Amino acid sequence: MKQIYFDNNATTPVAPEVFDAMLPYLTEYYGNPSSMHTFGGQLHKKVEEARFKVAELIGAEPEEIIFTSCGTESDNTALMNAVEVSGGKRHIVTTRVEHPAVMNFAKHLARKSYRSTFLPVDSLGSLDMQAFAKALDDDTAIVSIMYANNETGVIFPIAAMGAILRERGIIFHSDAVQAAGKIPINVKELPVDMLSLSGHKIHASKGIGALYVRKGTRFYPYVIGGHQERGRRAGTENVASIIGLGKACELAKGDIKNESKYLSGLRDKLEKALLKNCPDARINGDIQNRLPNTTNISFEYIEGEAILLRLDEQGVCASSGSACSSGSLEPSHVLRAMGVPFNLIHGSIRFSLSRYNTEAEVDKVIDIMPALIKDLRALSPFGKQK
Amino acid sequence: MWDYTNKVKEHFLNPKNAGEIENPDAVGDVGSIVCGDALRITLRIDKETNTITDAKFQTFGCASAIASSSALTEIVKGKTVEEALKINNQDIADYLGGLPKEKMHCSVLGREALEAAIANYRGEALPPELTGRLVCQCFAVTEEMIRKVAIENHLTTVEEITDYTKAGGGCGSCIPEIEKILNDIWSVTVPKDEAKKTKKLTNLQKIALIQDVLEKEIRPNLQSDGGDIELIDIDGNRVVVALRAMCASCPMGGVTIKSIEDKLRELVCEDLKVVEG
Repeated sequence: MKQIYFDNNATTPVAPEVFDAMLPYLTEYYGNPSSMHTFGGQLHKKVEEARFKVAELIGAEPEEIIFTSCGTESDNTALMNAVEVSGGKRHIVTTRVEHPAVMNFAKHLARKSYRSTFLPVDSLGSLDMQAFAKALDDDTAIVSIMYANNETGVIFPIAAMGAILRERGIIFHSDAVQAAGKIPINVKELPVDMLSLSGHKIHASKGIGALYVRKGTRFYPYVIGGHQERGRRAGTENVASIIGLGKACELAKGDIKNESKYLSGLRDKLEKALLKNCPDARINGDIQNRLPNTTNISFEYIEGEAILLRLDEQGVCASSGSACSSGSLEPSHVLRAMGVPFNLIHGSIRFSLSRYNTEAEVDKVIDIMPALIKDLRALSPFGKQK
Repeated sequence: MWDYTNKVKEHFLNPKNAGEIENPDAVGDVGSIVCGDALRITLRIDKETNTITDAKFQTFGCASAIASSSALTEIVKGKTVEEALKINNQDIADYLGGLPKEKMHCSVLGREALEAAIANYRGEALPPELTGRLVCQCFAVTEEMIRKVAIENHLTTVEEITDYTKAGGGCGSCIPEIEKILNDIWSVTVPKDEAKKTKKLTNLQKIALIQDVLEKEIRPNLQSDGGDIELIDIDGNRVVVALRAMCASCPMGGVTIKSIEDKLRELVCEDLKVVEG
């Protein structure tokens, strides 16, 4: 049975071009870019070429890109940096729908005599701009708000928030791990000081990320040691993965408009058919303002893990905001922050697509879902309500 | 990804006895949609022989909740009411070849539904596990339920209670109360930890130990960052210190004080409070 992989916000397959680009640096060219000999030293140039490509994806200068080990490290570094360089300011502003890499770090700081504000969102998952403006004060060291939400795909008004923050001289970081490569980002026109990227969400390998730090932003390293990354992130470069990330960014940048149209076409077809063929289903999140590849659908009266495992049985990979599938007993913090009723959170399923998904796969899922949902509802004590 | 046994998968993908018995002799309803799992069991009982001749279930929940319900209905069929009451959650888990420990609450839910159904059949009030005072508000778990499940399954930690009942797995505010209940149940076996906590130091020993920890564990770390610390006074459990050198002007000063306090609490005694003098 062939897998249908609709869980690309969790991770993506490595693009064949990326794999080909990486391979020689895992086999033949294993040197250390810091070495004086040609064998190692020549890799330095390759790393810089990759840096150029990553910068290009988001309109940055190459020297504004720091390679890290993952999106989480980029996020942690950005927050820690802001509190280190902001001259004793002790207030962090973020949202209630953030990725744990930001949210739990903000909580961590809050336990260490910092203050953290977690901004609310409305029922569509959009940020309350009034609450945002109100939360800022003279003690605010950093505002960290995701570019787009991983569970719903909802995109945040980064430009509008950045304009306010720039005026007030507050450092602005955005976790763009889900947005980068899926929608155009141009930091030249965007008042954001730091931006996190992750390789494995855009068809590079796991274990590689990047942090954009705008020129002129003070920076204090988080991983301390050697002089790599111009002293901003110590540790021997993950050469093969860096080269892979460069290639992945080049591929993403190449056709972002067409790809976006392709993905939203597939997504919309899937969504429409599921809403039509499965009663008591609804979309979570602002459908006017979403990533093109993501849909989050709640199926009432049944539980998400059960849906996922029935899908799994048929070779379909997706994810759920239900408590049982999180392993923590608490259902999705994102859907809870949006005020989605519990019965709908428990039955929420996220499908997230990539360029490697096909219309035939979408048709297959459209084909199997209605019977699957009906079958589980027949088992449910609440299923007969409609 | 949960590590489900083949038996769990089998009962999830092809559940036995799904549905509802019409005009049942007994109905048991437990759980709620808010909590994430709910189960309704209906029974047909032969009044002459007091035997359960048929059982059906309806479950809102994850794969292991559905599998546990399916297993339960298979287990009870053919049993007398008295025999059925002896079934415990471990029997359900065993029937399925085991459940991941985080999913044991699914087997507990099944047993509770069975008890509720039998109470319904006998015209009795629901058992106190389902109606008593709530300890965990998030998942509506009573003190009686925690006690019963703890004793039957020999659970001694809050994590185990959470695995088996979900209590404490939400906001966490009831965790101290669960600890108290566990201490109360197992008070004979707990003193191991108690002994450590109540290890009495004389004032002189305490002062010497604080000085030693500051000198050997804390100062070297501070000094490697160009900072330093001075012990000003020890007044009961209040340890007054002053941050010196780089530490004095460091914006992370509050963090430093807290981490010193954590270290002293870990290595000297848990009641210490560190303040800047």
